[in-house]
Amino acid sequence: MAHISKRNRKRERDRQIAANNRRELISAGLKRRDLMKLGLLTGAGMLIPMKGLSARPLTSAGFDDDEPNSPPTTPFVDNMPRLPVLAPVSSLTPAPTAAPNTAAGEARTVSHQAFAQFPPLRFYELSQQAGLAAMAPAGELPLQPIWGFNGITPGPMIVEHYGALGSPQLGSVLVRQRNNLPVNNGGFGLPSVTTHLHNGHTPLESDGFPCFFMERGQFYDHHYPNVLAGINSTHPGTGDIKEAMSSLWYHDHRIDHTAENTYKGLAGTYVLFNEFDTGNENTGFRLPSFGDGQNPLTSFDIYMVFNDKVFDEVTGLLAFDLFNTDGILGDKFLVNGKIQPVLHVSPRRYRFRWLNTGPSRFYQMFVLDPTNNSSKSFWQISTDGNLMEKPVQVTSSRFAVAERVDVIVDFTGLAGKTFYLENRLEQDDGRGPTGDVLAAGQGKKILKIVVDGPVVPDNSINPALITQFYGFPNTTDAPRITRTFRFERGNGQWQVNGQLVGDCADPNDIRFAIKRNTVEKWIFQNNSGGWQHPIHMHFEEFQTLSINGVAPKNSGIIERGRKDVLRLEHNAEAVVYFRFRDFVGKFPLHCHNVVHEDHAMMVLGQINDVGDNKTQP
Amino acid sequence: MNMNRRNLLTLLGAAPLLGVTKASAQMRQSNPRFQEISSRERIRQRYFPNLVLTNQLGEKVRLYDDLIKDKIVIFNMMYAKCEGICVPVTRNLVKVQSLIGDRMGKDIFMYSFTLKPEEDTPEHLAHYAHMHKIGPGWSLLTGTSADMESIRRKLGFTDPDPEADKDKKNHIGVIKYGNEALERWGGCPGMSKPAWIVKTVSWVDWPKQNGGAK
Repeated sequence: MAHISKRNRKRERDRQIAANNRRELISAGLKRRDLMKLGLLTGAGMLIPMKGLSARPLTSAGFDDDEPNSPPTTPFVDNMPRLPVLAPVSSLTPAPTAAPNTAAGEARTVSHQAFAQFPPLRFYELSQQAGLAAMAPAGELPLQPIWGFNGITPGPMIVEHYGALGSPQLGSVLVRQRNNLPVNNGGFGLPSVTTHLHNGHTPLESDGFPCFFMERGQFYDHHYPNVLAGINSTHPGTGDIKEAMSSLWYHDHRIDHTAENTYKGLAGTYVLFNEFDTGNENTGFRLPSFGDGQNPLTSFDIYMVFNDKVFDEVTGLLAFDLFNTDGILGDKFLVNGKIQPVLHVSPRRYRFRWLNTGPSRFYQMFVLDPTNNSSKSFWQISTDGNLMEKPVQVTSSRFAVAERVDVIVDFTGLAGKTFYLENRLEQDDGRGPTGDVLAAGQGKKILKIVVDGPVVPDNSINPALITQFYGFPNTTDAPRITRTFRFERGNGQWQVNGQLVGDCADPNDIRFAIKRNTVEKWIFQNNSGGWQHPIHMHFEEFQTLSINGVAPKNSGIIERGRKDVLRLEHNAEAVVYFRFRDFVGKFPLHCHNVVHEDHAMMVLGQINDVGDNKTQP
Repeated sequence: MNMNRRNLLTLLGAAPLLGVTKASAQMRQSNPRFQEISSRERIRQRYFPNLVLTNQLGEKVRLYDDLIKDKIVIFNMMYAKCEGICVPVTRNLVKVQSLIGDRMGKDIFMYSFTLKPEEDTPEHLAHYAHMHKIGPGWSLLTGTSADMESIRRKLGFTDPDPEADKDKKNHIGVIKYGNEALERWGGCPGMSKPAWIVKTVSWVDWPKQNGGAK
């Protein structure tokens, strides 16, 4: 039975004031001893629940008023790291096989369905293992025990490319994931993992299905043909170029433990180029060059991974709220693994790929000019990493967990200036933002950008001159079926269409079947009251037909863009359009607020050659 | 499973832990702001105060020392006169109990905390247990109102909307579970199928059962 929660804005404001008061106390440098002398601490060391410090009594563990209390760190000291690019290996031992190599310790149970058609040509190996990360300037926080792909977080960037149209086989790769995680989790994390490439058009046995996890000591081969949707159906031989993707990411997707595992560091990025989005600003769409991804003199395409975290005020170590089911908000903001770092740029155009890995926060990102608190406009060129019809000039971009936005920011002629990426979307509750966008300068400065790099040539094209990327696939082909998914909450349990997710290993809990190579129309309804949910569907990108009955505006290319995460706001209803092509297998449809995901806000489906007629799975 | 200290140490991979300890020690020297407290102890400090509760047999027990420490535990909330979510969740958990079998009360324990300590005396809880055929290894617990409320909040059995939170009839039906010594915790809907609940709990039950669902 769903209980509709209403937001209490006065209470939220009280809590915000209380949080601000507490932060002031902290930044005033009052030690615990001082606070105790002032009568502000209980014997257990918690701030007393008095008005002005806490608008409600002690709630979940250690955090008065649900507000995290990380130790102070100095912003804009550390440089923002460029994500290292993973080099392919010449071969893998044992050699990959279509059938699972169980004898050698592979955890996979389903054969690679496209191995013969698209044999992998390039091979990568990643070890999921413990590491130590310096997230704050030297000496301010201890080195953080994390779990990462190759022991770093974010994990190494995989840079790949589609085969050219007509040579689809040339895109095929295989990534071997090894579980070398330790038994000791340092307080959170489960060393049992499955890796999802979000949102690859991936044969489903390689997609990181939540129940296809591997244990310590095992490995799992993921076959990524890197082919365009339609390759075996509507556009044989080439795939549909309008389904090209650019900015993806990979992360743990283990049933029930995704939030803690990704929070602990198990996420990385994946970039796809092709003969149009080439990575070389002299060719194709002429977007800023990727180069080697490292050299600031030749690399102007930069992936930025945002997440927010909490650090324990007593130990200084990364803390995860174990019993939170609503959504976790951090008070420390990281980019590429560093808290509030600095990026030095040259006075020219850059492509930034923005990704929010959460766990729960929503962003509305602006480029702030602090000299006059104005917002510098920039160009948005993608939605969830999919190039739109053409660039759109914006002053901000809103994104929830798992959404990606590619933007072009032009620093030409701005040598000597400083900007900040500023998140102005007000949010103090894991359930979702209040909806208010704060005034310029009143938000949270996430990244400082200083335009003091050397003058270098800029052969990228002015986005204003780009009239077309790929165009969108049509949304006029008749769907075979329309399905409705109602996202609800009953007694704190997340449900879809009134049911729990069930057992991801039980075929009976696969609730619906899509017929391969057909079109479906889906209706998402948020019936959960006070929560907002970024709803994510694996395997295919969708286009939005309407939100709350309103079709995307003609100029709203952004809303019409191809996406794989739909931000379902309060009590909203969205209608989306999907094609499901080429490959078969099981997949989840779920909320990507990873805390909700773990408390089972998910429904399982499959693609097969029969399909069903369940309109409310 | 005898999760004593010796077992635990042999199971832990030495290298990463050493690295962490060294690094923490260095940081502590350079930054006196932070204390080196084990993560397990920190979890205890944050979530499991050693409150004295009373079970359905009228026995006094301490939350951490007697109920949680070194054990695999499953928590839920209920009250004796509940006619809502408690009933199906309890029925589910009774089936979970029988699936767990003879490990109940040995290393796997179930705990139901009352939402109405002012009403639910040990006798009421015993009656509820009897009615539902709750077996040994599963304690129903009451205590002072302040203590039970503190537990409810610490374990996250709350609704973020204060008005909804006050409505006990529609209380949280999620169950939380964990392996205290291994610091592995999780939650799942209380209305899930019993076999699923047992499976999810098995994933924190290492090394005895490391069942992978495929």
